[in-house]
Amino acid sequence: MPKINLSHFEAAFLFSLFASVVMGITSKKTDTERRNYAAYCFGCFLVALFGISWIMKLGHG
Amino acid sequence: MAAQTDIQQAHVEAVPIGKWIVPVLAGWIVPGGGHFIQKKTGRGILLFASVTLMFLFGMFMRGMMFTPEKGDALTTVINYGGFLCDMANGALYFAAAMFGYAQPDAAGAVHDYGTKFLVTAGLLNILAMVDAYEIAAGRKD
Repeated sequence: MPKINLSHFEAAFLFSLFASVVMGITSKKTDTERRNYAAYCFGCFLVALFGISWIMKLGHG
Repeated sequence: MAAQTDIQQAHVEAVPIGKWIVPVLAGWIVPGGGHFIQKKTGRGILLFASVTLMFLFGMFMRGMMFTPEKGDALTTVINYGGFLCDMANGALYFAAAMFGYAQPDAAGAVHDYGTKFLVTAGLLNILAMVDAYEIAAGRKD
């Protein structure tokens, strides 16, 4: 079985992608709504990812 | 007032088990299986791909599979909760266990991400199963 070493960003990016797709599909009733919601969730994940990363970086000085 | 009561009754009306048990079980065994059975192929493929890839990435990162172990309250909740979430992956979990995948808990960010990927894949599959139930119950297209 292959072993991979992803960076924090790569792992969090993949996590966001897969979670957003499933949340989009399961949360809304029409395809357009699903697409928009998945994109919205993905955007929120990325904003949180960059935001929290910067907070940790600045917090550590 | 009467209309509101009718709406409330409609919401709590139980759906016969025969109507949803097969799609929900199929969705547990194969991610997206509940959607395939109900001819929602596009959504089924996306669910299958997302949950399966997440599970595989978790294994490739050598994530840990939880086992039901007792300890203090927090340890028990984490281990039993993690075990249930891992089990929610259905055939993926059983195949991994059958082929002897048993990664010990190791220090390191990559292993930790792997563990979270395995657990989250199970949680996402539970969402997919609930969606399959709602489709079978006629609450969703």
